[in-house]
Amino acid sequence: MTFGKITAVAAGLAVILAGATAVSAQTVKMAVPSFLTGAAAPAFGIPAQRGAELIIRGINNGELPAPYDIKGLAGRQIEAIFYDESGGGTKQVTEMRNKVQKEGIDVLAGYISSGTCSAVARVAEELKLLTILTVCGTPRVFEELVPNPKYVFRTMNHGTGNNVSAAHYVTKKLGAKVKGMVGINQNYAWGQDSWRDFHLAMAVLSPKVKVASKQQFPKLFSGQYGAEISSLLRAKQNLVHSSFWGGDLEAFIGQASARGLFKKKMFVFTVGETVAYRLGKKFPQGLMIGTRGPYGMYAVDNKNPLNVWFQREYRKAYKEQPSQPGYQYAQGILGVKYAYDNAAKANGGNFPSKDQVIKALEGATFPSIAGEVKMGLSHGHQGLTPDMWGVSVWDKKRGETVVKDVITFPASCIMPPDGVKSIDWLKGGMKGAKC
Amino acid sequence: MKGVYDKTFWGLTIGLVAVLLLNLFLADWLRGIGLQSLSRGMVALGLLVLWRTGLVSFGHALFFGFGAYTAALLQRVGINDFFVLLLAGTASAGLLAYGLGFLLRRYRAIYFALLNMAFSMILWGVIAKLEVLGSTDGIGVRPPSYLGFAFEGETNQMILFAFTAIFTYLVALATHLYLRSTLGHLTMAVRENEIRVEYLGYSVERAIHLKYIISGLVAGFGGVVMAFAVGHVDPDSMAYWPVSGDFVFITILSGSGNVAAPIIGAVVYEMIRSYAFEYFPHVWQLIMGGSLLLIIMFLPDGLWSLLERTRRKKSVG
Repeated sequence: MTFGKITAVAAGLAVILAGATAVSAQTVKMAVPSFLTGAAAPAFGIPAQRGAELIIRGINNGELPAPYDIKGLAGRQIEAIFYDESGGGTKQVTEMRNKVQKEGIDVLAGYISSGTCSAVARVAEELKLLTILTVCGTPRVFEELVPNPKYVFRTMNHGTGNNVSAAHYVTKKLGAKVKGMVGINQNYAWGQDSWRDFHLAMAVLSPKVKVASKQQFPKLFSGQYGAEISSLLRAKQNLVHSSFWGGDLEAFIGQASARGLFKKKMFVFTVGETVAYRLGKKFPQGLMIGTRGPYGMYAVDNKNPLNVWFQREYRKAYKEQPSQPGYQYAQGILGVKYAYDNAAKANGGNFPSKDQVIKALEGATFPSIAGEVKMGLSHGHQGLTPDMWGVSVWDKKRGETVVKDVITFPASCIMPPDGVKSIDWLKGGMKGAKC
Repeated sequence: MKGVYDKTFWGLTIGLVAVLLLNLFLADWLRGIGLQSLSRGMVALGLLVLWRTGLVSFGHALFFGFGAYTAALLQRVGINDFFVLLLAGTASAGLLAYGLGFLLRRYRAIYFALLNMAFSMILWGVIAKLEVLGSTDGIGVRPPSYLGFAFEGETNQMILFAFTAIFTYLVALATHLYLRSTLGHLTMAVRENEIRVEYLGYSVERAIHLKYIISGLVAGFGGVVMAFAVGHVDPDSMAYWPVSGDFVFITILSGSGNVAAPIIGAVVYEMIRSYAFEYFPHVWQLIMGGSLLLIIMFLPDGLWSLLERTRRKKSVG
């Protein structure tokens, strides 16, 4: 009896919920996952969500400058669904299914963690969901997991580009001043990949620089770096590479500043900009910091009208400076807008189909906030942008950290050519790079 | 002793038939939730077997993850049959439980719980640190073939769900029969008074060891199902300690009254989580914790006690 009842209730529920998936035709439903809880939320997830929220507001109200001054996506308003990226790959796959099969989303733009992107990439193809990976960095997404993507795009450089440009900057800027290098990276995929890419690139560009025999790989989220800092203070090498981010980076900077480590060693922080604004004056000067492109701190003085709008409105709406994740999420959503608007144009002004939108984005070059994005690799699904590197310095007048001695590296110099795997390209001496 | 055909047998059988029929016209996303519920429900079933003895494990993600990774790694070397992978994943987790059992059967209470957690975190650490195992990014899992037949997309999910339901049914039934056997009845006795059990001529350590192996086997089974249901394995969602916490959550939510309880509990858990996640993206963890608190306060014997209560009322009335 009881089982019969349960079955009846379950069946009833199924029918009701299946009915609820009916989609209203006049909006474009866009899911935007980012870390809203946990360690990655403050430095990455929340600013990312804010960037997305702001650009969606701009698109829906028609506030953006040309060529994005038409309201909505091909005339339809964006209905955004923000949700949490935490909980691991399994959970995110489930959530993606829910969003498609239950809530009937049309497009997804988001994801910060490489782990999430690795988990969802194939599922997105299977679900035929137009998916824009906005931040996650692992090159494996298109090099191994989905070598022939149809529905999945990434609108910024992958992680390799960032570490190669860091190696270029170190070589150009410091040259012979570098007496050996050592890495301190978190012991998980992102940290391991970052160090590997950086030291392989350095082996090509500055072959004379000696690498420490042992690199440091402290535990992710360990928060205490007393022993590591002691060891770095004693190290013979004077250049330190780190892909630390979020709470770990804040903790490391605090503890290392107190012990004078930044006065003794030169540091490359590949995503250091994510905490620079948050730490304010406590952020050390003279660090080489990256944003994986021309974002955040590197865009402060960029006069592109879209950037002027973004800087002004972001500061007004959230009472803080826009850092890289906000730019990167907004960029992904702009890519979607570009694709919808252009697909509509090609469709005689009618609202485009999913395939038409995909065709409009594949291989396109679209204007973004602080420059252009070229969808140049992996059959036109992997974005390419220049990458900028500089050194942090406190600007008294503005009351915030800025970057000086900035060098811009074109994508052709730092990203592998189309069809070549990042790791093979690095090991083969980065052939075909045009700097 | 009663025959095999008791209420639980019929309940499970009707449940299986209902699920198989439902599978044909279920909304896609519900099928996904169903698959994950069966997977997590199986691990909770393993915990139930231990719980009846008074043992709680905070580390069954160890066997869950071990089963899942065994299947994923075997697939890498070219074995892709669902039945082979399911068997291999389940058996490897069982073997691991057999080995660890020699140590763990000597511990009780909090020591048992935390030792389990320690072992599961070792597995997590090993996976996260080794790039060959995919590190924290994990490994992708392709849809399996079924005796040479392969399916894609939603058809695959449907076939997978059907086979999983059938196997779950068999495992639940076997566990039920075990719990009803003399060895199974020893469970409660061990919890009440170990010395008396020893005087009866049974070895408490052996009884616990057997339970531990059973719980490891079913947890490994759950892991393989999860790997296929999701199409990806990574240490954070397979072997990290909060995953073990989820299983304990489901066990408490369900209650230990019956082998069907963990499966029902897992469905309820997945539904709560799914909706909390959708409607409260910033505080969904709070909703989960709150509902657990409510269950402990108002239904200390879990959801299953609701069914028992209505049954008792009927017999009184």
